[in-house]
Amino acid sequence: MLEIKDLCARVVDGDAILEGLTMTVKAGEVHAIMGPNGSGKSTLAKVIAGHPDYEVTSGSIGYEINRRTRDLLELEPHERAREGVFLAFQYPVEVPGVSNSVFLRAAFNEICRHHGIEELDPIDFAVLLKDKMAMLEMDESFVNRAVNVDFSGGEKKRNEILQMAVMSPRVAFLDETDSGLDVDSMKIVASGVNKLRSENNAIVLITHYQRLLNYIKPDFVHIIAGGKIVRSGGPELAHEVEERGYDWLVK
Amino acid sequence: MPSTIDIDSKLAEEYRYGFVSDIESETIPRGLNEDIVRMISAKKDEPEWMLEYRLKAFRFWKEQPEPTWANVSYPPIDYENLYYYSAPKKNTDGPKSLNDVDAELLATFDRLGVPLGERERLAGVAVDAVFDSVSVATTHQEELEKCGVIFCSFSEAVKNHPELVKKYFGSVVPYTDNFYTALNSAVFSDGSFCFIPKGVHCPLELSTYFRINAAETGQFERTLIVAEDSSYVSYLEGCTAPMRDENQLHAAVVELVAFDDAEIKYSTVQNWYAGDANGKGGIYNFVTKRGKCQGRNSKISWTQVEAGAAITWKYPSVLLLGDNSVGEFYSVALTNNMMQADTGTKMIHVGKNTSSTIISKGISCDQSHNSYRGLVRVLPGASGARNRSECDSMLVGNQCSANTFPYLEVENNTAVIEHEATTSRISAEQMFYLESRGLDKEGAVSLLVNGFCKEVFKKLPLEFSVEAVKLLEMKLEGSVG
Repeated sequence: MLEIKDLCARVVDGDAILEGLTMTVKAGEVHAIMGPNGSGKSTLAKVIAGHPDYEVTSGSIGYEINRRTRDLLELEPHERAREGVFLAFQYPVEVPGVSNSVFLRAAFNEICRHHGIEELDPIDFAVLLKDKMAMLEMDESFVNRAVNVDFSGGEKKRNEILQMAVMSPRVAFLDETDSGLDVDSMKIVASGVNKLRSENNAIVLITHYQRLLNYIKPDFVHIIAGGKIVRSGGPELAHEVEERGYDWLVK
Repeated sequence: MPSTIDIDSKLAEEYRYGFVSDIESETIPRGLNEDIVRMISAKKDEPEWMLEYRLKAFRFWKEQPEPTWANVSYPPIDYENLYYYSAPKKNTDGPKSLNDVDAELLATFDRLGVPLGERERLAGVAVDAVFDSVSVATTHQEELEKCGVIFCSFSEAVKNHPELVKKYFGSVVPYTDNFYTALNSAVFSDGSFCFIPKGVHCPLELSTYFRINAAETGQFERTLIVAEDSSYVSYLEGCTAPMRDENQLHAAVVELVAFDDAEIKYSTVQNWYAGDANGKGGIYNFVTKRGKCQGRNSKISWTQVEAGAAITWKYPSVLLLGDNSVGEFYSVALTNNMMQADTGTKMIHVGKNTSSTIISKGISCDQSHNSYRGLVRVLPGASGARNRSECDSMLVGNQCSANTFPYLEVENNTAVIEHEATTSRISAEQMFYLESRGLDKEGAVSLLVNGFCKEVFKKLPLEFSVEAVKLLEMKLEGSVG
């Protein structure tokens, strides 16, 4: 579904961060990416979503759309989103004046339009949203609050997963969604993500801690260092890192 | 990556009211002098007192320097080179009904989306249409007459209701008020007149639609609205003009009077032609609007969406004379390309326990300049006066500018005044966040701008609110990249 090949990227006019990263993600899989600070984990997620601060200097990101492989790099960020690529932000952005329900419906309807499906009016959408919010144990007052404005850290992260639930992406990158969450919130978020898992989509978790992986079981774990994957394995690799740190892998 | 927006095609559709109607019109010679003033008055077959008023105003205007304090710049206007009167040619008797109105003229208003036909009766809006210097049609007059509401062109009001016009005309905005009011008072040609008698809740939204068509012609209209005790009226105003290379002058005067327990709600969606991307052409919009809360518990609300005109100079104000009277100003001013706007309000608290609210939202794009200028004045006798002001500016891109000039003059120490101002820029992070949720650049900006203006939009009558949102979206196309 997603095939990242020899990806090299840098901050626009700045330092190289990804230096030849290769990784394949298939439908139905959950991958975890771990690695020390500054190894390129978040950069990978941003490059996938098309963040304008980064430029790809070489490599490709093959993405299957209607059984054909397209290079994601040829698509604008909003086109990637409409094709089912999702990024749960590490630091969700505040959008003053725009309520969650208006924002979520706008996003939902953009995807409907793109796929030629009938859009939902505010009433039908409210019903859909209520379901998704129940899944994440979110209070109903949420819908009328401005997007991420005056949200607690935990609420912001939960809101990202709510967006994922509404947009039903085919491949979702969750960038440190567990950081800043207390145990209870993390369980709720993890159970929400687990409910969104299916045969047809893939999830890539970017995390510092093995903790999250107790709740969302990955099929594969990759260790990133110096802008490339230095080791891949099963869930046991995460436990090993938890015990031994990264040093033995980086050398 | 592919380029973001096809600017050329967007520019072409940017101003869809830019067409010129091919209508035979009757104009008087260029320039401005006493003869011209007399000629306009004669064309309108006016009583002597009105001519006298015009001449006094003209003599006063000649002595006045043009104001230069606004934060706008433009080449000097050659007042001698303008036409001060232009009217579509018609039968000398004037149209008796819509059937007598020139078909091309009706088609023009049809293209503008202004319902003049009686079939539009169900729309629930009575319309007065002003084309260049004259009012061409007023709808629903009979229906309004039944409840005693007078809604007609200003010229008709001078003829048919001279006692009312004489009593209130110039009572809120005297011709001596400023340079442009003096000019307007000398050469005004038409406009709308509304009178809501005691206890009447006007059953229809009243609306005037202004259209400048002729080239090198100024439009100088008067609007006068009087709401007697315990009456209510909601009035809407819309404006467009063709795309022309020369600048055109629009200097209007609007006066509102509200008596005890009366309420006037005045909404404007201003979309004059704003000139092209290089600042060529466009309307100079120098307007004086003022309401007088004469009675106790009276209320005047101004809601404006200013999205057009090359230069806007406009401060809809409320004079709060009656005790417990309320003044409100809700404004969205959007500037793009080379537009310049210096707009705001004045709230003058005279009566006891008067209160005013000011919500101003300025959006600047491209290389435009957008200034808020507002005065809150509390006179010594206005004990218990309250004001809340909120002035927010949003910058789109990094070549535009936004300024806020709040003036506070408080002479009563029981007054409570709150002022808040913010400036924000649409950040790259916000844009990326919204784009990563499937919105393209324009969709993202429009969501942000609508969120920013929400407080003002919800004050507009529903159909105007929809129009305002569409208008802003249209203006923002091509300004985002």
